[in-house]
Amino acid sequence: MIGNLPLITVGLITVIGLFTIVSKRNLIKILMGLNIFEAAVNLFLISIGYREGGIAPIYTNAVQGLMVLPTPQALTLTSIVIGVATTAMLLAFVTIIYRNYGTVDTDRIRELRE
Amino acid sequence: MKRIVAAVIAIFLLGVFMLIAVQLPFGRPSYSDMDDYFLRHGQEETGANNICTAVVFDYRGFDTLGEASVLFSAVVTTGLIFRRLERGD
Amino acid sequence: MQLSRIVRTAADILYPFILIFGLYIVIHGHLTPGGGFQGGAVIATGSVLLLVAFRYSELTGDLRKGWMKIFESGGLLLFIGTALAALLVGGVFFFNWLANTGSLFGIPVAFGPNPGEIYTAGVIPVMNLAVGIEVWGGLSLIVMYMMGDLEEGGERS
Repeated sequence: MIGNLPLITVGLITVIGLFTIVSKRNLIKILMGLNIFEAAVNLFLISIGYREGGIAPIYTNAVQGLMVLPTPQALTLTSIVIGVATTAMLLAFVTIIYRNYGTVDTDRIRELRE
Repeated sequence: MKRIVAAVIAIFLLGVFMLIAVQLPFGRPSYSDMDDYFLRHGQEETGANNICTAVVFDYRGFDTLGEASVLFSAVVTTGLIFRRLERGD
Repeated sequence: MQLSRIVRTAADILYPFILIFGLYIVIHGHLTPGGGFQGGAVIATGSVLLLVAFRYSELTGDLRKGWMKIFESGGLLLFIGTALAALLVGGVFFFNWLANTGSLFGIPVAFGPNPGEIYTAGVIPVMNLAVGIEVWGGLSLIVMYMMGDLEEGGERS
């Protein structure tokens, strides 16, 4: 049970991110929820690649022993960079929405559009 | 009302996730043949001590190419959006 | 938007150290934890520190938008060019054509823990450098574009 703490944390962070995305109305807060969700995905990728008692997959001055799986870590690196890129792009979109409507509240934007 | 429904769904999802998370085996990956190959032969084939870098830049190079392209296009999009705003002022 | 003298002096002193640390992470990417993306992000942090402490119009030299655009595009082109150069020596796209040849970056490495030799790993250090330059330019450019709106009197190129 307590050994599964990373996976339990993944579930918790996923639900927090989803709830933030669904329930908040401020676009910036929705973006924050998206980033929390991404953190959950990254943590999940790292934790499925963990091997009991493993060390980092680097041979420079390494001690003898088991190593964790390197491929999930590489995928996580990709995921982090793509998360940064999408966050920057979405922030730019939020800026453009604020310039056009004068607010970042989704309900107000929907009213103003009609 | 909407927020209450969202909270109920979130609590239900939390329960499902907890149920799955407690049962999943942690620290014992089921399939690790590919990673074992990387760990065993990566040093001789690529010469890099850091197997993670070897995977990123050698074995899965196309992945990294797509990643770099995504970063590039995000920067270009951001630049386009702000440039248009500046001109419209 | 003018920050205090303490912040400006501290940013001035810290900038070269952050640059050196990021460069270390990039160059030792195939030996120690790190690599092109992480080191590029560290260097971009230094650039952002200067951008926050000083106004963009006060910065001269390497931190102009034009240079950052050149760095970003040039890094990506160097990355793709290194991958394409494998076709010239008779490999496939993304083939590691420098590894285990005995030339530059081509010292063979045996299996097992070792102290680490920097002239190894073939094209991986070159690609690390290319990606580091690209990430530096890209992240700095994003922050420059977003902060460009804050400065009314700032120069816009």
